[in-house]
Amino acid sequence: MTESQYAVILVYSTSHALRAEQVLQQAGIGCRLIPVPRHLSSDCGVCVRFERIHRQAALDALQVAQVEMEGMYDI
Amino acid sequence: MIYFDNAATSWPKPPGVADAMTRYLNEIGANPGRAGHRLAVEAARVVYGAREAVAALFNAPDPLRVVFGANVTEAINLALRGYVRPGDHVITSSMEHNSVMRPLRALECEGVQVTMVQCSPEGLLDPADVERSIRPNTVMIALNHASNVVGTLLPVAEVGRIARRRNVLLLVDAAQTAGAYPIDVQADAIDLLAFTGHKSLYGPMGTGGLVIGARVDVERLEPIKRGGTGSRSEREEQPEFLPDKCESGTPNAVGLAGLGAGLRWVSERGVADIRAHEMALTQQLIDGLRAIPGVTVLGGLDANRQTATVSFYIGGMEPSEVGLRLDDEYAILCRVGLHCAPAAHKSLGTFPTGTVRFGLGAFNTSQEVETVLKAVRQLAWEAQ
Repeated sequence: MTESQYAVILVYSTSHALRAEQVLQQAGIGCRLIPVPRHLSSDCGVCVRFERIHRQAALDALQVAQVEMEGMYDI
Repeated sequence: MIYFDNAATSWPKPPGVADAMTRYLNEIGANPGRAGHRLAVEAARVVYGAREAVAALFNAPDPLRVVFGANVTEAINLALRGYVRPGDHVITSSMEHNSVMRPLRALECEGVQVTMVQCSPEGLLDPADVERSIRPNTVMIALNHASNVVGTLLPVAEVGRIARRRNVLLLVDAAQTAGAYPIDVQADAIDLLAFTGHKSLYGPMGTGGLVIGARVDVERLEPIKRGGTGSRSEREEQPEFLPDKCESGTPNAVGLAGLGAGLRWVSERGVADIRAHEMALTQQLIDGLRAIPGVTVLGGLDANRQTATVSFYIGGMEPSEVGLRLDDEYAILCRVGLHCAPAAHKSLGTFPTGTVRFGLGAFNTSQEVETVLKAVRQLAWEAQ
């Protein structure tokens, strides 16, 4: 079994997700909006998925841009 | 046909506006923020793009504090009804549109105190009069950026500085200025900017919103409606974060696609360029009208100090007749009457008869102004 290599950022709304996506892209981190995995939240919205190796860089970029998030999880 | 009713709504729209709306309907179509599939995400991108464009145009730091709604009236209602409580005091001017006055009069019946600061017969407001009206319980100053009747610009930045110093919020009704006159919410110290999409932002009707500044306590701001937001679906209480707190129900995404295109057009041409064009036409119109015997032009008569809206009347002819004859005999479209602003007309001394109003826009030309002046000259001659 291959180990999953992604992490996701859970945010409050789709607008926040788009903001986060933009911040990651500007930081050179490839990402994609996907539906929130059911085991993480019952929310019906989207979250931002990116490669786990960029975890710290993503956290830094989001902090600098002051994007609020609910959490970051490996999936 | 000459369209001189841009103060009511701009027309024609830049070509990209209808294209963006058609593209949305034909190729995107999904509900923004209500699912995670590709079309829902694309729809959310369109809405978010418009949000960012609004924030950029007004130099608002956070696009998530741009709340969309049906029109500027809804935005003003959200700001006033959502923030002001019984026992609070609100200051406004005597040049306001009913979109501000009616919510305020209703709030007054619920125990909110309202002071209407008197403007001059030219429609000018002295910021010192506003400052003198501030009381310990004043929470907000609600000001028209420019009169929809005579175009007179009110000194929002000066009042904004006073509001900051006295710890009061400034709400600006930018229905007549957003897109036609430079607005910088940070430099002008505007805490709540209510805008419409279908006038000088050149979007379609059914779009508008409120830009909410950092000084506004979002916890205190009550939404005027509650419902589905696509977020926090597990909870039966309204989300507390913006923009979702104040954006319930499926948005007018088709309209916002059009608004996004309108905003792109405005920023590509540049507000300064649009302003220069409209100022030249406005001065040409004012000077031309003033030279006609029997015509009285209202307001400050200086294009530098007003938007491209000019009000006048012809001695011996009712505004309604002027409007009808301009339409029937010359195919010139304008608006006559009180323009939903009885308080402004009282300030100007034109209540209850009203005026004839020409509202110019970015697509009008100097030649059109000449043609209109010729028609008014003819009517004024006949009225003598």
